[in-house]
Amino acid sequence: MISKKYSVVDTRRCVSCGTCIKECPKDAIYIHKGCYAVVDTDICVGCSLCTRTCPADCIALVDREVVS
Amino acid sequence: MNKTRHWYDYLWIWSIVFFALGFFNIIFAWLGMLDFILPLLFAIFGGNKFFCNHLCGRGQLFSVIPKKIKCSRNKPAPSWMSSKVFRYGFLVFFMTMFGTMLYQTWRVFGGVSSLSETIKLFWTFRVPWGWTYTAGSTSDWIAQFAFGFYGLMLTSALIGLIVMVLFRPRTWCSFCPMGSMTQTICKIKNSRKRD
Repeated sequence: MISKKYSVVDTRRCVSCGTCIKECPKDAIYIHKGCYAVVDTDICVGCSLCTRTCPADCIALVDREVVS
Repeated sequence: MNKTRHWYDYLWIWSIVFFALGFFNIIFAWLGMLDFILPLLFAIFGGNKFFCNHLCGRGQLFSVIPKKIKCSRNKPAPSWMSSKVFRYGFLVFFMTMFGTMLYQTWRVFGGVSSLSETIKLFWTFRVPWGWTYTAGSTSDWIAQFAFGFYGLMLTSALIGLIVMVLFRPRTWCSFCPMGSMTQTICKIKNSRKRD
């Protein structure tokens, strides 16, 4: 089953510290070449652990568009 | 769900050991240069933030403490704290203070100043720290650098602990000078590759 929500990183504000990687229970996040975090939306279950831990508060949960 | 643990997930212990060693013998403060040099090496040669992401004992410590004892308000920090202006401003300020410390070391090396067996907290308060050093056991400039550097490390750790309590645990990471520096290096490297 696919989650209703997933995380999105504001790459302009991300400090690429990697706090989110440590929290993510699904290992759905990686740091792209030291520049910013990227969430693999296919793996993300929208648990919001990363959004609540991000020190720059730059990760948001968004609704997954329903594809019929 | 438990994540696989690596040896480097315990580097927060190093962070405590560093300050403990400097409490008994200030010369150990030189080991803190690893935390300065390694992130830069990873960024310059690897084009990554592997240090911040996995090896930074300080970042781990700020995560570990609130997990063991609930002491963080866990509230988002004000957004200016992770803004580019503040981050680069803090980086410039921090490096200026680092430069001042090197200049002081240089003065002691040249015999212009004498060794001050104190550490400076928050770039203002001089705290006596003489018990950690026996005069003459090494060159004065080596000891001067150690006192200066330990003060800088302790000050930044204290700032990190304050924002850990006030905001989210790893708020320090959002304006850590080493983090800002290494991210900038990675961004420059990455933009060059694209050209």
